[in-house]
Amino acid sequence: MYVAVKGGERAIDAAHAWLAEERRGDPAIPELTVPQIREQMALAVNRVMAEGSLYDPDLAALAIKQARGDLIEAVFLIRAYRTTLPRFGASRPVDTAAMAVDRRISATFKDLPGGQVLGPTFDYTHRLLDFALAAGGELPSAPQAPARDEPVPHVTGLLDRDGLIEEQPRDDTPAPDLTRQPLELPATRALRLQALARADEGFTLSLAYSTQRGYGRTHAFVGELRIGRVAVEVELPELGLAVEIGEIELTECDTVNQFKGSKSEPPQFTRGYGLVMGQSERKAISMSLVDRALRWQELGEDFAGAPAQDEEFVLSHCDNIQSTGFLEHIKLPHYVDFQAELELVRRMRREAAQMQEAAE
Amino acid sequence: MTDQAYNFAYLDEQTKRMIRRALLKALAVPGYQVPFASREMPMPYGWGTGGVQVTAACLTPDDRLKVIDQGADDTTNAVSIRRFFQRTAGVETTEHTAEATVIQTRHRIPEQPLSEGQILVYQVPIPEPLRFLEPRETETRKMHELEEYGLMHVKLYEDIARHGEIATAYAYPVKVEGRYVMDPSPIPKFDNPKLAGNPAIQLFGAGREARIYALPPYSDVVSLDFEDHPFTASKADHACDLCGSATSYLDEVITDDRGTRMFVCSDTDFCASRQAQGHRGRLSPQGDNKP
Repeated sequence: MYVAVKGGERAIDAAHAWLAEERRGDPAIPELTVPQIREQMALAVNRVMAEGSLYDPDLAALAIKQARGDLIEAVFLIRAYRTTLPRFGASRPVDTAAMAVDRRISATFKDLPGGQVLGPTFDYTHRLLDFALAAGGELPSAPQAPARDEPVPHVTGLLDRDGLIEEQPRDDTPAPDLTRQPLELPATRALRLQALARADEGFTLSLAYSTQRGYGRTHAFVGELRIGRVAVEVELPELGLAVEIGEIELTECDTVNQFKGSKSEPPQFTRGYGLVMGQSERKAISMSLVDRALRWQELGEDFAGAPAQDEEFVLSHCDNIQSTGFLEHIKLPHYVDFQAELELVRRMRREAAQMQEAAE
Repeated sequence: MTDQAYNFAYLDEQTKRMIRRALLKALAVPGYQVPFASREMPMPYGWGTGGVQVTAACLTPDDRLKVIDQGADDTTNAVSIRRFFQRTAGVETTEHTAEATVIQTRHRIPEQPLSEGQILVYQVPIPEPLRFLEPRETETRKMHELEEYGLMHVKLYEDIARHGEIATAYAYPVKVEGRYVMDPSPIPKFDNPKLAGNPAIQLFGAGREARIYALPPYSDVVSLDFEDHPFTASKADHACDLCGSATSYLDEVITDDRGTRMFVCSDTDFCASRQAQGHRGRLSPQGDNKP
């Protein structure tokens, strides 16, 4: 016998208490600390900061802990926190040419000013499980070399000097803020890049991969990939000067794309750009490929109907917090709509059966 | 007790002002979807973030809030949203439709007629009624601008040609004040007639899609149909098994594994009030029957 279901409140409380227990796991195992996550799960922390659009490794590590390692859930926690923060100003644009690079590689030139710096990378490691890690123990220290005392100019700048790459005139228009204005289409490139910078890594990767496989091919070379720290400066109007308020780690990718010319543009190399908070090269490279694919109109290319070329498709679906929320909402009750559908299907079946009988 | 770490009703005043501006515009142009800078809320997109933002922008400390999902006050998401406002705004809450000044709803309009001074806030998943006919926002906005609704009429006509009737049971499109075609959110079409001429303010919030739209009190709202296939509001052909109401919208509940079913009001407050007044249904505990 049905009794009107009461007790939703108690069920919610009990479910959350259980969740907290599950998060902790076996109490006999020492609990993870936030600094441990921050230091030893740094790439997860970076992803949460990038997609959460908030540069704060401690909060990102806390979010990962609270989310039981579910990174999209952690991004969600960060976004929901971020939205409550007052926005009291904007920094000056960061100067990535002046980045203190930990890693800087170019796939287009064997050597170049500033050099190739491999940095801490998984590249060229053999993906063999390291059972020694399971055992723990001390780590041999990495060899040290003095920092190269030379500027690290952008590869695209070197190409630009010869006029081989499309010009990118300086533009001081203030960038729009996706988190403060509704997304309206068509979007500017600045807005697209902003959306891609916080876009889901998996989605961006798949789109970028699809362009490589011919769905909106862009013939990309990694002109340069750099990871390092840049200074963040804020103008103080009262003092009429800018002061450095801290440093953030960024990953920047410039792709150089083969371009045979179009109705409007001469043959030259073109650009795709990716910039992501933290160390996140997969995301930065993906972003620059998708950015380039989205620029077909501006460069007078044909629209091949590829998903990665389709601004509305990409921008409407790249945000994992939107996607996951809407996807998961279908587990909420839909009794009312389903009831309406039930009535409709029953009625239509009845009518179809009657028509069948009449025909026989 | 409210959470001191957050502003009244969670959102900061700047954000509320932005939402109120969108609401005023929406009320001035009934049925028109106003883009607004939707915020990330502490509940997921698709779970009522649009409604929550609209409610947050409307609430004052003196308000009395009711939250329903599927017509019920005790469904988990309704509980969660009600608690959110208890915690962040400290407003009084109620389950009684008549006592509420603000009602946030998902998928239903309460059975009891609303009155002037009340605000009904709808949670909207897909605000664009033309979305499943044309996936591009850039296109659908143009269609609204040009009042180009032919595609919708063709769709409804094709339904009739194929199924003998318009095969839309919920989120049934309406035309507002003879101008904009509007999605009434996924309410069953049974509820559509209540949209029209309603003395309450009806506000619609779509968080993920960043759109707000509205029906001012006593708006002219017409469910789309054809002269020879007029709109009909339909429901299960039963009476409530608990309160005996023959006019309320019913949920179907499967009570055993042999296909036995019962029908109960989806509006829990309506059903409970009727039972309190002594109305009884087919399966009510035995007692005085006053159907």
